[in-house]
Amino acid sequence: MLEVTNLHARLNDGREILRGIDLSVKAGEVHAIMGPNGSGKSTLAAVLAGREGYEVSEGSVSYLGRDLLVMPADERAREGLFLAFQYPIEIPGVNNMYFLRTALNAQRRHRGEPELDAGQFLRIVRARLKLLDIGEDLLQRAVNVGFSGGEKKRNEILQMAMLEPRLAILDETDSGLDIDALKLVARGVNEQRSPERAIVVITHYQRLLDYVEPDRVHVLQRGRIIQSGDKALAVELERRGYGAAEEAA
Amino acid sequence: MSASSETLQTLRSLARESYKYGFITEIDAEAAPPGLTEDTVRFISAKKEEPAWLLEWRLAAFRAWCGMAQPDWAKLQLTPIDYQAATYYSAPRQSAGPKSIDEVDPELLRTYEKLGIPLREREILAGVAVDAVFDSISVATTFKEQLGELGIIFCSMGEAVREHPELVRKYLGTVVPQNDNFFAALNSAVFSDGSFAYVPPGVRCPMELSTYFRINAAKTGQFERTLLIADAGAYVSYLEGCTAPQRDENQLHAAVVELIAHEDAQVKYSTVQNWYPGDAEGRGGIYNFVTKRGACRGARSKISWTQVETGSAITWKYPSCVLEGDHSVGEFYSVAITNNRQQADTGTKMIHIGSDTRSTIVSKGISAGRGQNTYRGLVRVQPRARGARNHTQCDSLLIGERCGAHTVPYIEVRNPSARVEHEATASRISEEQLFYCRQRGLTTEDAISLIVNGFCREVLKELPMEFAVEAQKLLAVSLEGSVG
Ligand SMILES: Nc1ncnc2c1ncn2[C@@H]1O[C@H](COP(=O)(O)OP(=O)(O)OP(=O)(O)O)[C@@H](O)[C@H]1O
Ligand SMILES: [Mg+2]
Repeated sequence: MLEVTNLHARLNDGREILRGIDLSVKAGEVHAIMGPNGSGKSTLAAVLAGREGYEVSEGSVSYLGRDLLVMPADERAREGLFLAFQYPIEIPGVNNMYFLRTALNAQRRHRGEPELDAGQFLRIVRARLKLLDIGEDLLQRAVNVGFSGGEKKRNEILQMAMLEPRLAILDETDSGLDIDALKLVARGVNEQRSPERAIVVITHYQRLLDYVEPDRVHVLQRGRIIQSGDKALAVELERRGYGAAEEAA
Repeated sequence: MSASSETLQTLRSLARESYKYGFITEIDAEAAPPGLTEDTVRFISAKKEEPAWLLEWRLAAFRAWCGMAQPDWAKLQLTPIDYQAATYYSAPRQSAGPKSIDEVDPELLRTYEKLGIPLREREILAGVAVDAVFDSISVATTFKEQLGELGIIFCSMGEAVREHPELVRKYLGTVVPQNDNFFAALNSAVFSDGSFAYVPPGVRCPMELSTYFRINAAKTGQFERTLLIADAGAYVSYLEGCTAPQRDENQLHAAVVELIAHEDAQVKYSTVQNWYPGDAEGRGGIYNFVTKRGACRGARSKISWTQVETGSAITWKYPSCVLEGDHSVGEFYSVAITNNRQQADTGTKMIHIGSDTRSTIVSKGISAGRGQNTYRGLVRVQPRARGARNHTQCDSLLIGERCGAHTVPYIEVRNPSARVEHEATASRISEEQLFYCRQRGLTTEDAISLIVNGFCREVLKELPMEFAVEAQKLLAVSLEGSVG
């Protein structure tokens, strides 16, 4: 599904942040990416999602057999790539439910499916809200405006649950959540698990991985994946820190 | 030609074509010879078979105008207007006025249909009474009977002069006097037609009254005169929508709107203005110099202006409230968009005269391309206005690097118990917001339109429902091509 080969990316000022990433994610898999602050995890997510401001100087990315890097950000999204933001963005005055429906309909149009009217949408969203234990009032507020940290993260998961992406990248969606919220987020993620979908979770904590069992765990350090393994790697990282991983590499 | 300049050319020609309402209706027009003298004023008045007092009123305005100069204090750059080159009267050639919609020239009806206002359908389905102004003459007034049963008068200004001269004479020019300003004086001298409404004491007008203005004949200045009166305890909501066909020469528009609210009465006046803004290079487009003012004459009366200004090359417009009655309320909600080379200098005046008067100003200015957007607002509290309160919120949104936003608030407080608050913000659409929206699948243009609509929400929610939908679409259309 996702094939990242020797990916190098730098900022406009020339600073290289990603320094040769290799990553292969198959449909049905869940991968976890861990690594110290500033190692380039969010940058990898941003480059995959097509955010401007990064220059890919080397390497390639193929997504569902297509060259991902030539696609504009919105097309990537409509092709089923979803990014849950580490810091979700506020859009004042835009009703959260309207935003979600607009996004869903943009994607449905792209797939040649009929758009959902407000009533049909409401029925579907209500079921998801229940699953994620989100109050309906969250839908009536402006997108992320005045949301608590945890509410923002849940809202990202709600968006994922509604958009049903092929590839979801969750950037620290577990950070700043209380234990109950963490379980709910995990439930949302597990709900999405299916043989056609892949999920990449970026996290600092092994705790999330107790609920969302990853197929592979990778350690990102200074713009490179220095170690990969199964779930046991996450446990070990938690115990010994990234220093040990670096030595081992 | 390099690829990029070719792309630019394509974009420009698209921009030039994109004004959807740029068509011209071919109808014989009966016009006054170009130029403006006392004879022109007499010609217009005679054409309209007006009473002597109104001719005198017009002539007084004309004489005042001759001694005035076009104001230059607004932050607008415009080519000088040759007032002697314009035509001041043009009416579709038709014998007597139509008695019912079936008598209206089908060509006219098709024009309205292109504008998205099928009169028949409106009449049957929407429950909106439309007084359609085509160039200078009002061609169809619907729903008159139903309104008549409630004692509500809704007709063209010309008809009001004929049928209700006592009301017109009593109120005309009492809010905006003939010599109020250069453009109001011009309008008073040559006004052609417009709408008139009177809602009697205690009556709540059961439908939105609506006028669609449309400028058609070439080089015809449009001088609408609108007068709305809500008698004691009455309520009326009025919608004004405007479109003009695409033309290369700048067309002058100088309307006057007067609103009067007596004791406990309410007037709500909503405008969606999308006149031709000129092309991407600033050629053509409407010059819109409008004087709109409402008088809250009675205690506890309320006047509320809502405007969405997306069109015109030049907008010079300050819908105002004179709060005479104690506890009266004035409101001004405004969205003004300038794209390409459009310029808007708009805002409001809130004049607090009575005690415990309140006013609210919410202004949202959006600049894109090389657009220039100025908010100019006056809040004046007179010595007698004990306990007066004003809250002003003035937000600017910038799209791109070459546009400008300016805020010019004037505050004059002559009563120490008054409370006047002014908040202003300026922001840009952030790259993060755009990316967030695009990451969810929205195109850049849809994302901008969504963010801009969010920015304008406080104002849009003041519009009547069906108007709000139209306004949202217009915002999107107006900003097309604003981000490359
Ligand atoms: N747009 C940008 N402008 C400037 N610096 C940037 C930008 N994007 C990334 N960086 C820098 O690149 C490095 C990697 O940042 P990134 O956000 O990818 O780290 P991270 O692994 O996600 O860290 P964290 O765990 O703290 O979220 C940091 O030094 C960061 O400051
Ligand atoms: Mg990060």
